[in-house]
Amino acid sequence: MSDLDAIPVSAEVTTGNVEPLLHEIRHALKRLAGGEDGTVIDLQRLPLAPGEEQRIEAVLGEGEVRAEINALGPTLVQETAYPGVWLITHRNAEESVIARFIEVTDMPELLKSQRADIESGINKLESELADSTKKN
Amino acid sequence: MRKDQTLGEYLQSQGVSRRGFLKFCSATASLMALPPSAVAQVAEALATARRPSVIWLSFQECTGCTESLTRSHAPTVESLIFDAISLDYHHTLQAASGHGAEAAREAAMEENEGEYILVVDGSIPVGNKAYSTIAGISNYDMLVEAASKAFAIVAVGTCAAFGGIPHANPNPTGAVSVSDIVTGKPIINVSGCPPIPVVITGVLAHFLTFGTIPELDAQGRPAAFFGQNIHDRCYRRPFYERGQFAETFDDEGARKGWCLYKLGCKGPTTYNACATLKWNAGTSFPIQSGHGCIGCSEPNFWDKGSFYNPISAGMWGSRDALLGAAAAGAALGVGSAIAARARKKKAQAAEEA
Repeated sequence: MSDLDAIPVSAEVTTGNVEPLLHEIRHALKRLAGGEDGTVIDLQRLPLAPGEEQRIEAVLGEGEVRAEINALGPTLVQETAYPGVWLITHRNAEESVIARFIEVTDMPELLKSQRADIESGINKLESELADSTKKN
Repeated sequence: MRKDQTLGEYLQSQGVSRRGFLKFCSATASLMALPPSAVAQVAEALATARRPSVIWLSFQECTGCTESLTRSHAPTVESLIFDAISLDYHHTLQAASGHGAEAAREAAMEENEGEYILVVDGSIPVGNKAYSTIAGISNYDMLVEAASKAFAIVAVGTCAAFGGIPHANPNPTGAVSVSDIVTGKPIINVSGCPPIPVVITGVLAHFLTFGTIPELDAQGRPAAFFGQNIHDRCYRRPFYERGQFAETFDDEGARKGWCLYKLGCKGPTTYNACATLKWNAGTSFPIQSGHGCIGCSEPNFWDKGSFYNPISAGMWGSRDALLGAAAAGAALGVGSAIAARARKKKAQAAEEA
């Protein structure tokens, strides 16, 4: 990488899309605070110059909650410094990013235990208990 | 995945939790360029989706389209989608060969008549059908038969969609596109040389999810991916607006990442999703790497003059000739303007021919 770093290429390119995106987040946050539904923004759909995604991350910062979900590869759910604004990064089993979203919501849906998984968990627990009863 | 299983049942049998399934649906909706609000709809549809049969025919091609797909950056989602379809014939990827392979193709066509998706990569030679054959069957005959029993056809790559490089002048094999031969069936053109892998998967995912073909543009391409040109989505567009252009590949403008329009970038006339989806795990795309777009997802891209001439030069003849005409015009008045118009007409006639 050191050889590549020596090539004098400027990365100070901007699409002008970062500020509008931040305003979109601000508007979504106001709607959420007013009792309206949350908003999801797909970061892969926006034309962004090299470094702009990192700039968005830097502006949003990191908040109090950081959770990792292990389902079909890791997913990082990070609350930003602005409560109600979450950055969600889905990775596959090989750790490549497959999708990135900004969710403006009280709690990302994916963090909640899902009804189908709860029901399957009940069956599993009942089966465990039945097995241990048999053994005793 | 068994044919009688739904995708939801299959994923559950593989130990995929509902949370994992929702993640899969989020990534799939993103793949299909659907708004994130559509995830619930995608989840509902995918949970009950059944495994469609896919027959993939490769004709006059370089295998770049298959390479693109198999090197796709999202193997978890891709492999689940591929588990969710029944790829009954693909002579590059399948283990079977010879008569066994052809028997598998014929059996899949019989069992799934009117329901299977036919994927085609490569153009079809009609100058002499013997230029390209598989198991002694000409590409033309194999396409006509397979298309007649298909639900829809996906023409993958610019060769299948528009004739591509085999169709380029002087087109020695008489190469044509799928839509030049097949009529009366829905044809989805997924152009590109090669196409963006997630666009190929996105089209299959759309069919898997909704059982329908996606909305298409005037060239028969999925509007979700080809609805906007590269230029409009390019991060270098602000430089174009300000008139800041790289004049050579190593000048100050190039180093500062200015617009590549004058170096031949075909972004303004090329419709594709490279500027947003990008390539190699979302790492980059040609313009980001410092080379103009060559317009590979457009018809006849190979015959539109040099990749390094600006679009304006393509329309008006060579840039130097135009600049020369302008200089002469200052001295000679209206005579050279007439000559320049004549050159423009000649260039346009050559383009149309």
